[in-house]
Amino acid sequence: MIHRLKSERMMTPARGSLLDIEHLEDKEILRLLQLARRMNPKKARPLLRGKRIMLLFYEASTRTRSSFEVAAQSLGALTTLVQSSGSSIEKGESLLDTAYTLRAVGADAIVVRHPAAGAPHLMARHIDLPVINAGDGMHEHPTQALLDAFTILKHKKTLKGLRIAIIGDVYHSRVTRSNCHLLSRFGAKITLCGPPELVPDVAATLAPGLSITRHVEEALRGTDVVMLLRVQQERLAGRKIQLQDYVARYQMTMARLKLAKRDAIVMHPGPIIRGLELTSEVVDCPQSVIVDEVRNGVCTRMAILARAMGKG
Amino acid sequence: MAENKSKPGSLLIKGGQLVDPAAKINALMDILLRDGRVAEVALPGKIRGGADETFNARGLIVAPGFIDLHVHLREPGQSYKETIATGTAAACAGGFTTVCTMPNTAPVVDSAELVAWLRKPERAALVNVFPIAAATRGSRGVELTDFAALQRAGAIAVTDDGKPILEDDVMRAALRLGAELNLPVVQHAEDTRLTEGASMNEGPTSFRLGLRGMPAAAEANIVDRDVTLAQQIRESRIHVAHLSTAEALKAVRRGKRAKARVTCEVTPHHFTLLDQDVGDYDTNFKMNPPLRSATDREAILVALADGTIDAIATDHAPHATHEKQVEFERAAFGITGLETALALAITKLHREHKISLTRIVELFTSGPARVFDLPGRGSLARGNVADVTIFDPTKRWTFEAAKSRSLSRNTPFDGWQFTGKVVATIVGGRIVYRGT
Repeated sequence: MIHRLKSERMMTPARGSLLDIEHLEDKEILRLLQLARRMNPKKARPLLRGKRIMLLFYEASTRTRSSFEVAAQSLGALTTLVQSSGSSIEKGESLLDTAYTLRAVGADAIVVRHPAAGAPHLMARHIDLPVINAGDGMHEHPTQALLDAFTILKHKKTLKGLRIAIIGDVYHSRVTRSNCHLLSRFGAKITLCGPPELVPDVAATLAPGLSITRHVEEALRGTDVVMLLRVQQERLAGRKIQLQDYVARYQMTMARLKLAKRDAIVMHPGPIIRGLELTSEVVDCPQSVIVDEVRNGVCTRMAILARAMGKG
Repeated sequence: MAENKSKPGSLLIKGGQLVDPAAKINALMDILLRDGRVAEVALPGKIRGGADETFNARGLIVAPGFIDLHVHLREPGQSYKETIATGTAAACAGGFTTVCTMPNTAPVVDSAELVAWLRKPERAALVNVFPIAAATRGSRGVELTDFAALQRAGAIAVTDDGKPILEDDVMRAALRLGAELNLPVVQHAEDTRLTEGASMNEGPTSFRLGLRGMPAAAEANIVDRDVTLAQQIRESRIHVAHLSTAEALKAVRRGKRAKARVTCEVTPHHFTLLDQDVGDYDTNFKMNPPLRSATDREAILVALADGTIDAIATDHAPHATHEKQVEFERAAFGITGLETALALAITKLHREHKISLTRIVELFTSGPARVFDLPGRGSLARGNVADVTIFDPTKRWTFEAAKSRSLSRNTPFDGWQFTGKVVATIVGGRIVYRGT
């Protein structure tokens, strides 16, 4: 028998870190959702006054970055944005050295978005500050999954038994990985839909209760929640996909949406490409909660930051 | 090299259990080493006359010196990762008396001069170093190197390891030229057209971690092609490096049944670990070929037991901390392995999977000696080279990476408790390592 001790001298992530949904306990998820409900960016108490939140962004972002910034500032914290362009990262500084630098200038927590899967985990193993994953490669986007759950629960009583269709580029989607972990754990039934290049069979192994279909009609019939995903052309790397075929087979149109339940909601983590994965009419239809998701992102991230600083 | 130094005195190894699979010996035997050769092998107490030194091997296994077909000692050009001196220090601590070095250094070992440079006494090797030279210039996969000149300078095989020889025409030409010279071509079997941007095995774990995966087919397709070529080209010799998949094993079996000169090696990490052991992006579990599925490991264990696999080789691949403490996708491929190979073989293969110690010794000795035709090695028959590995198959110990003799620390086995430890390593009749 081999008894494994540990392979790298590493620390456990600091309390308050949020690296992924997969390892986040159910009660933590529920606590964060409850806390998010009490958060209001317009009338927040300055729970984080004097705290410095570093926003370390190695990838482009509109929603996540701005909502973290507004969330932190609403709670009275100071924010500093460090981006890969215009910083020493361009000169070849390593992720860990950048993290040590941010710590030395007085960071109390680091929010990181990175194109490499596991980058936040690497940081969290080496610094004693809370690390919040704002999206790592194709791995996870835990804050998006929390705000999506928050949004769904504004429209639906419970996640248990809810039927959710996730349509589009599942393979490249960190949002989908986080959502599958979270939603499946609370009893939702998830159908992943798309061509094999974007929804490989192995995707069904991610969490219990996942199924796959290649037919959008099958995914939509009787569903409570329709989640759409952008085709991430920047990450395709050799995977060939004909966009015209994709549009013909999988684009969400008003006609297709009618197959879902009458009170179904339409979600999309953004950025949306009108005319590709969905039509403009779907974006703007009454069932669409795409803008609500962005709005809910602020109070959800307020809760996440408050928890990170031990104020949750 | 050790052989070039002044002649060692005579050494009598007494009371040990000699396990010499090639000679079909598994018995208590005394062995006398003299002038760098095996002078006598006899029943206990039967060797007359004294020796300059006596080694008491009671309770220990005495085996032919271990041969590692696949190590990266990083010289020339990458001495911050490893040197021939530090790498061979790790080798003798792991019981290896001969290591075959890979040519993917800086520059690539693609000339007779560089092969000769590797063999110079100034490199301070503690064990025999047999260079494997590049098969193509700069290992760019286009133009073959001068196999004959490389062989004359001391190269024992050719490879573009780290990269595959992808083009059918180039591989065919390499096998043809190798056949003329009786020189094996070693293939790193990876269809790189299927592994772009990938950093681990393709499967549920890579999907969950959001990492691009290397499909098993990327290895199997190349092995399959190579076996077919080896069947077509008379006398050609193909050796599959670090085989890792069940599919590739099928191709090797097909070649062996057809009496093609096909051989293969597997690493201790592939018979021990699985892709899911990568955990949360631990870069000490990142290597190429990657850790595979349970099905693949099961197939490897069967093939180790049934004789399909010719050798255990470490693919010892040291890297500096700054090349490993980075994002998983950016981290260098490879782990060290010289000091843990025997312990893993005994702990996993022998104790857990009931593979005999004789078979394990064969995989470290006569098996690899046959792969590269190393005369006088792999067996302790009288007159052979006095390379001997002595180990205690029951000794329990804990491996600590911090105490490794390698210059690098990139091992997944730090802190592992093992059974089976090297007690002494003898190269050319000289004790180069004594365990504590």
